[in-house]
This record gives sequence, structure tokens and C-alpha cells, in this order.
Amino acid sequence: MGILDSKVPSGPLAEKWTNHKNNINLVNPANKRNIDIIVVGTGLAGGSAAATLAELGYNVKTFCYQDSPRRAHSIAAQGGINAAKNYQGDGDSAYRLFYDTIKGGDYRSREANVYRLAEESVNIIDQCVAQGVPFARDYGGMLDNRSFGGVLVSRTFYAKGQTGQQLLLGAYAAMNRQINRGKIKPYNRHEMMDLVLVDGKARGIIARNLVTGEIERHSAHAVVLATGGYGNVFFLSTNAMGSNVTAAWKAHRRGAFFANPCFTQIHPTCIPVSGDHQSKLTLMSESLRNDGRIWVPKRLEDAQAIREGKLKPTQLKEEDRDYYLERRYPAFGNLVPRDVASRAAKERCDAGFGVNKTGEAVYLDFASAIQRYGKETALTRGIKNPDNKTITKLGKEVIEAKYGNLFQMYEKIVDENPYETPMMIYPAVHYTMGGLWVDYNLQTTIEGCYCAGEANFSDHGANRLGASALMQGLADGYFVLPYTIGDYLSNDIRTGAIPTDLPEFDQAEKDVQDRINKLMSGSGKHSVDYYHKKLGKIMWNKCGMARNAKGLEEAMEEISALRADFWENVKVPGAANSMNAELEKAGRVADFLELGELFAKDALTRNESCGGHFREEYQTEEGEALRDDENFKFVSAWEYKGEPKDAVLHKEELVYENIELKTRSYK
Amino acid sequence: MKLNLKIWRQKDANSKGELVDYTLDGVEGDMSFLEMLDVLNEDLINNGKEPVHFDHDCREGICGTCSLQINGEPHGPDRLVTTCQLHMRKFKDGDTIVIEPFRATAFPVIKDLVVDRSAFDRIQQAGGYISVNTSGNTVDANAIPINKHDADDSFYAATCIGCGACVAACKNASAMLFTSAKVSQFALLPQGRVEATERVQNMVRQMDLEGFGNCTNTGACEVECPKGISLENIARMNREYLSATTKG
Ligand SMILES: Cc1cc2nc3c(=O)[nH]c(=O)nc-3n(C[C@H](O)[C@H](O)[C@H](O)COP(=O)(O)OP(=O)(O)OC[C@H]3O[C@@H](n4cnc5c(N)ncnc54)[C@H](O)[C@@H]3O)c2cc1C
Ligand code: SF4
Ligand code: FES
Repeated sequence: MGILDSKVPSGPLAEKWTNHKNNINLVNPANKRNIDIIVVGTGLAGGSAAATLAELGYNVKTFCYQDSPRRAHSIAAQGGINAAKNYQGDGDSAYRLFYDTIKGGDYRSREANVYRLAEESVNIIDQCVAQGVPFARDYGGMLDNRSFGGVLVSRTFYAKGQTGQQLLLGAYAAMNRQINRGKIKPYNRHEMMDLVLVDGKARGIIARNLVTGEIERHSAHAVVLATGGYGNVFFLSTNAMGSNVTAAWKAHRRGAFFANPCFTQIHPTCIPVSGDHQSKLTLMSESLRNDGRIWVPKRLEDAQAIREGKLKPTQLKEEDRDYYLERRYPAFGNLVPRDVASRAAKERCDAGFGVNKTGEAVYLDFASAIQRYGKETALTRGIKNPDNKTITKLGKEVIEAKYGNLFQMYEKIVDENPYETPMMIYPAVHYTMGGLWVDYNLQTTIEGCYCAGEANFSDHGANRLGASALMQGLADGYFVLPYTIGDYLSNDIRTGAIPTDLPEFDQAEKDVQDRINKLMSGSGKHSVDYYHKKLGKIMWNKCGMARNAKGLEEAMEEISALRADFWENVKVPGAANSMNAELEKAGRVADFLELGELFAKDALTRNESCGGHFREEYQTEEGEALRDDENFKFVSAWEYKGEPKDAVLHKEELVYENIELKTRSYK
Repeated sequence: MKLNLKIWRQKDANSKGELVDYTLDGVEGDMSFLEMLDVLNEDLINNGKEPVHFDHDCREGICGTCSLQINGEPHGPDRLVTTCQLHMRKFKDGDTIVIEPFRATAFPVIKDLVVDRSAFDRIQQAGGYISVNTSGNTVDANAIPINKHDADDSFYAATCIGCGACVAACKNASAMLFTSAKVSQFALLPQGRVEATERVQNMVRQMDLEGFGNCTNTGACEVECPKGISLENIARMNREYLSATTKG
């Protein structure tokens, strides 16, 4: 198992990163000019990495499939970003953030990485403010904070419901500065189709120009993949339509191990599915759980009456409502971690208490918060004996200021006013904790191929806490990679530019071309979406919020059969040598059809429940996840061997030196 | 409901385009506008035809990728929404809907409804940033208090999604609203003041170079902007520009 060396530095936890930085090799500024780096992906992770590497003096090429780096899916992040600033003086610290993250991840992440993340979190906020990111502030001019699930402090920085947008535009601006200096060359509307290895090292990529259809070769001394998550393997998710696994999967096929593919986050608060035409699901930020209370009717008859439209939720008395999270988890209440909240919603809906037509929705209610804020505001404004109308009005204003854009989004989609009637929500696929396996330096098992952001597996274990993905993406890109990649590149100062006419590039380009030709020559029975939707159904039903061995075995077979059918019968109209959206989709779905099978295999192998991975066979009497530390305290890292079912498992045993493993309890 | 669609089809940048008629049945009010086009495309594909190309990604109104001119209005008849957030309940059975790309010299058509908005990126590259390196030892984020009102206004300006509706709405195809939003975001923050002079000059110069038209204060941009970016930003940019040019 020599290959899976996590390269965690020795020494006390709190000193590891500083010591490591002091001991690694550097590249001097003059030599950096002779070194090229490819960064695939310009979201928070890729954008921040590209900008920082270019500032340091490397020649950077960036790639993204959108028409501008500013449109990466990070833009959609709503609620906020964590940092252990302890500005609220509520006892926060790097250690507490570290502890919460490990616990939230159900003890399936690497201690040293998570500690480093917590340590760097404070720098992120400083950096972003210096860049002009307009975070929310209080009347004293200081930064404001809110709380997210699974924690007992207020450490989340935010910009209304558009935190991801503001952070991404900050990274985009930093990139623009380097583009203007000529240090970054952006290749937008380009998709990475393959990774090129020369003498076992990542030395370039094959990309497709999505406007002209041209296949291009790009070489570099190192390749960074920051291509986001693969939630779209479920077809319906909160991810952008183009989010994909292709870049990571191509690296996997070339030798990068894929870690914990089955660790997926199903987010509890999303707008429920409305019909078959649905193309994506919309998140309602977790920050809403600061103020919204989740409930379903206590009585089955009431639930049924509501479903049939005979009863309105606002007509139901307090005592007839079941605030099931507050009931089951009094300590954390509505702010339990996502996996717990999602399963609890599923449990209630499966038991027949769902509140929309499909029976798959629960309420998120702001009525109490509106009253509470209304009274508070009346008091601070010195309004004596305010009537109910005034209180409600004032309360609504506070809610509007906090969550206005989310409420508007909800109203546009559902056509109901959430200020007047409770929101309906249901869990949806949202984030993938799994991803390419990386060591402490964020290097994959391919030398010179690095992976950052949601695309890697590193920091969130089996469940990610809210507001921690943005933190991880920016920590990776601004503060980790720029150091660790220098250590690797210090061996390349005499290499010189990597030529693109090497046989390895010829071969990789030919592979890409062959694959495109094959996609274009299917029998033409079914569209790409037909297959994607079928895959999504299998994933959701058998690899979703609850899994069992039988279902997972079936999933593996069904996906394998669907894949064979796809390659035979898919229909891709148009030409390959021009803009062709169907061809782009086809390539991505082809990769999802492989990943999906590995996902099921991974879930089948992990005979325990932990975080987002819930195996029905392994639960306590109260229906809580039953972890098995004796046998499964490891990261599953899969090696590609052709068919996904033949993938070979490598284990990275997780070592806990600073935290005692406990049963996660939010009661 | 059943709809008559007139959709702009154009093979590539060098070909001539035209409006093509389609009828589509079975459209539901819950569908988003783009989901309606998905249904049309599925039909086209199943009939061996090339689907209509249009830009989209997040489908929740934040990435700024979707960009359709619907019955002559950027992002369609609803206010404060992007095309992807527009729902079919805004239309009725039998309606005729004309769907075109955003039109502007600086936004050439790539294919069907897809346009090239890279001019916007170049305006940002000319100065839409604060020159600060990543170091890990910048000053503490709370070292400089910022008046909440300014911070909020800066945030509102910063919520521009770079969609280009303002340009498409303007008879002069001016990019003033877009450019002024970024200029304002930084002008309102102490961190951004340092380079304010160069920033506004460089960004405005690039805006002119890209072939965007002049602003004649019609206000159409503000009406169509899905994010409610205010005309006040243009006024602020004009002040910044004036003071930059008089400073020399
Ligand atoms: C709706 C929503 C809300 C969220 N809210 C929060 C929140 O409040 N707080 C929080 O911490 N996290 C949140 N998250 C999670 C967080 O936003 C993401 O995990 C994070 O932004 C991912 O960043 P990234 O840089 O890794 O990838 P992304 O931002 O997804 O970027 C991926 C990049 O890779 C490029 N790319 C992908 N494939 C290819 C390819 N084959 N070739 C070329 N380029 C490619 C894309 O063009 C893009 O530039 C949210 C997520 C969603 C979906
Ligand atoms: S100002 Fe408004 S219309 Fe113009 S690009 Fe920004 S968001 Fe779009
Ligand atoms: S698709 Fe992202 S804003 Fe419409």
C-alpha cells in the first residue's frame, strides 16, 4: 500500500503546516517564469489558485467550459463561508472549527488537512476583504456573522444570500488582474477531454474548443484540476447543468485514485420536484434554518387533507404540528447537520406525513421568526404596545433584509408567497465529499497532477458542514497549492517547455477523437437526456439517502447495462467540428455512467453507516447511523482497471491522534 | 398549453440567421422558460433535427449565462428575473413567442441564441480589481470599519451577474450599467479608493474600444436588469470619471 502515502508531516497538529511550509523547496522568481501550469476549472478553487500562482510568477493557462470564469458554479453558493475569527467572542477557535468539521464529517476525514483548513480560514476573510468583497456588516461597520448547521458558534461570514457570487467575483477579479498582466491566459468555452502523462508525470491536457469543435493540445509542468463536484450523476441536483465529473474521471482513468465516491451530501432544504420536465433543483440556503422551523402535521389525516388542498398549513394549530427536528434533537434542533436533517425529512415523508402533491415535502416556517424579529424591532425603535399588524410588518422587513433574494427565488419557482405561507422543502443532491484522492500536498496519485476544491476528497469526510466548501476551495487555491506545488516544481526548473508533439500527446488526442467519433455514430434511438434521466433514477432510488446491499448490487448491474445501451444507441445530432451542446452532454453522461457504477460499488463495500452514507442494515434502534470504526476507519481509494466493477480498492487508514472518536450525537 | 414559437436559428458566426417557426404542445405553467426549450429540443432530437442552442448553466438566476431576448425584451416580460427564472405561467395558451439572441455589435452571435460576451470580460480585465496579492498576512478584516450603508450599496452594485441584458435593452447598446456597477462597488470601499482614478479611466476606455454605444439616459437598462442594478451607479461612475479626467 506504498502508493497511498498521505505525506502528512510529523510533529504536533498545530505546527505541522507551518513546519511543512518552512521545509519545502521553493522555486526562485526568475525560474518561475520558465514554468507553465495548467489550471482546469475557474471556480473558487481554480480561480484563486490560478490568480495566486500567476502572482508568484508562473505562466498559467486556465480552462473552463462556461463563456467566462465568473460563471463557475461557485457563483451559486448562497449562505456563507466559515472562518474561526471569533469576532463574536463566542469561544470559537481554529481548534473548535477543526473539531466541528471532523465530527460533522463523522470521523472520516484526515486530521492534518482539516486542521490546516481551520488555520487558514482566518486568512481567507482578510484576503477577501482586501480584494473588496462586500461582506455583510453591522451598524458599527464590523463584519457580521450567522450560524450554520452542526455547530454552536456564529462563524459564518456572508453577503446576503449571494456569498458564493461575491467570493467568486473576488477570485475572478484577482484573475483579471493577472490576465491583464499577461500572466494568465484564459481558455474559456474549452472542455478538458483528457490528461496527458509523459514518463508517468502529468504534462498537459487535451481540450475541446466548444465554439469550433477543434481538439487542442496544451502542455505544462503541472496540471491542477479544480473542476467541481459530480452531483449531476443523479441527473437532478442543485448543481449547474454543466457540472460534470469528466476531468476528474479522465484523470482517474489515467491513474489517479478516486476516493469515497459514495460520500454524497443530500441537502435538506431544496425546492421539491414539481414534475417530469424538471431539469434541476434549487437550493434554499441552510442559513434559513437559523430562523425557519421545520414541521409536518402530527396527524396523518391532516397531512392528507393538506395534500388534497382541503386544509392550509396556516390553519393548523401549534399543537397539531410536529416540529420533528426540535423533538428528536433538542440540543441542535433545526440546526442539526445536513445528513441528519435530510434523513429525518425522508423518514416523516415515507411515514405518510409529506405535505405536497407528491408527498415529498415538509414545511419550513418563518412565522415564529417574523413575530420574534417584529417584537425585537418594535422594542429597539421604541414603539410602545405595537399591534399584531405592526409586529408582522416589522418582522417581515427583517426577514426580507436577511433572505430577500431566497424568498424571491422561491416565489418565482413555486408561485407562493413564503412570507405568508410556509415554504415547502425536500432534500436534494447537493455536494460530493468524494473525489480524486490527494495527499497532504493536494497531489493525486499521478505525479504533477493536483486536485483542489470540491473535485478532491480531502476535508469533509462523510458529510460536509454548511459554509465549509467555500472555505475549502479558497484555502486550497489561495493558501495551500501555491506552496505545495512549488515543492514539486522545484525539480522542473531545468526541464524547459514541454513540447506538444510528443507521442503521448498524439495518442491522447487520438483517444479523444475516437471517443467523439464513437459518440457521434450511435444508432440514434434515444437522446442523451433519456439516458441521463434513467441513470439519475437508479442513483436516487438505490444510491440515495438510504442504501442497502441488494439495491446497490442491482444498481451496479443496471448501470452497467444502461452504459452498454448508451454506447450502442445514443443519438447525438449535429457535427463534431462545431458548437454542439448534445455532444458535450453525451461526453459527460458517458463518464457519469462509469462513475455511477463505482459509486454503487463503493457504497456496497462500506458496510457501515456514516455521515451521508446511510446503509439501512447498519442503524441504531432509533434509526441513527451506526458507524463501524473498527473495520471502516479508512478512506476508500479506487484504482481504475477498466470496467468500474473491476476497480481495485486501496485503503488509507485514518489516524486520530488529537480527537477521540465518538458516536456523533446532536441530541 | 400550446405555443407558437419563432426562434432565431443561425448555423455559426459567419452564416446568416433567420426566424424559424415551431409549435409546441403540452407546455405547463410550472416549467421554466428553459425547460420549455428543453422539451422542444427533445422533440427536435427525436425527429433527427439539430436542437436549438442557447446559453445556460446554473438555472437559478445567478451565473448570468442565460440570455434570451423574448418578445423583444431581454429575459422576457417578467421583472427582476433572468430567463432561467421565467416561468411559463407568465404565458397563455395560443401565445406566439419570438425568441432571439441578445443583440449588440459587441455581442456577435456564435450559434442560434448563443452570443459572445467576452467584451465584458475584457472590460473587467482593464481594471475591475483591487491590486492586492495573496499573502496570508494582509491586515485583519475588521481593521478598517466600513459604514454599513456604503458596504450595503457596494454589495448591491456587486450583485451584477454580467448577463448583458442592459446592453441588449439599450437602443445604443451601451454597457454603462454593467461597467458602472463594478466601478461603484470599489469606489464605495476604502480598499478600492486607492486605484479609483486609474480604474474608471481604464474600464471606460476598454468599454469604448469594444464598440459599446454611448449612454443617453433612457433608463431602459435599469428596467430590464434582472438584478435591479440602479442608475445611480451610472451617475456615480460619471462623477468618478469626471474627477479622474480633471485630475489628469
Ligand atoms: C446552490 C449551491 C449553494 C451552495 N452554498 C454554499 C454555501 O453557502 N457555502 C459553502 O461553503 N458552500 C456552498 N456550496 C458548495 C460550494 O459552492 C461548492 O462546493 C464550491 O463552490 C465548489 O467550488 P469549486 O471551485 O471546487 O468548483 P466549481 O465552482 O464548480 O468550478 C468548477 C470549474 O471547473 C470547470 N470545469 C468543470 N469541468 C470541466 C472540464 N471538463 N473542462 C474544463 N473545465 C471544467 C468549470 O467550468 C468551473 O470553472 C453550494 C453549492 C450549491 C450547488
Ligand atoms: S447591470 Fe444588470 S443587466 Fe447589466 S449585466 Fe449586470 S445584471 Fe445584467
Ligand atoms: S442560467 Fe444562470 S442565470 Fe440563468
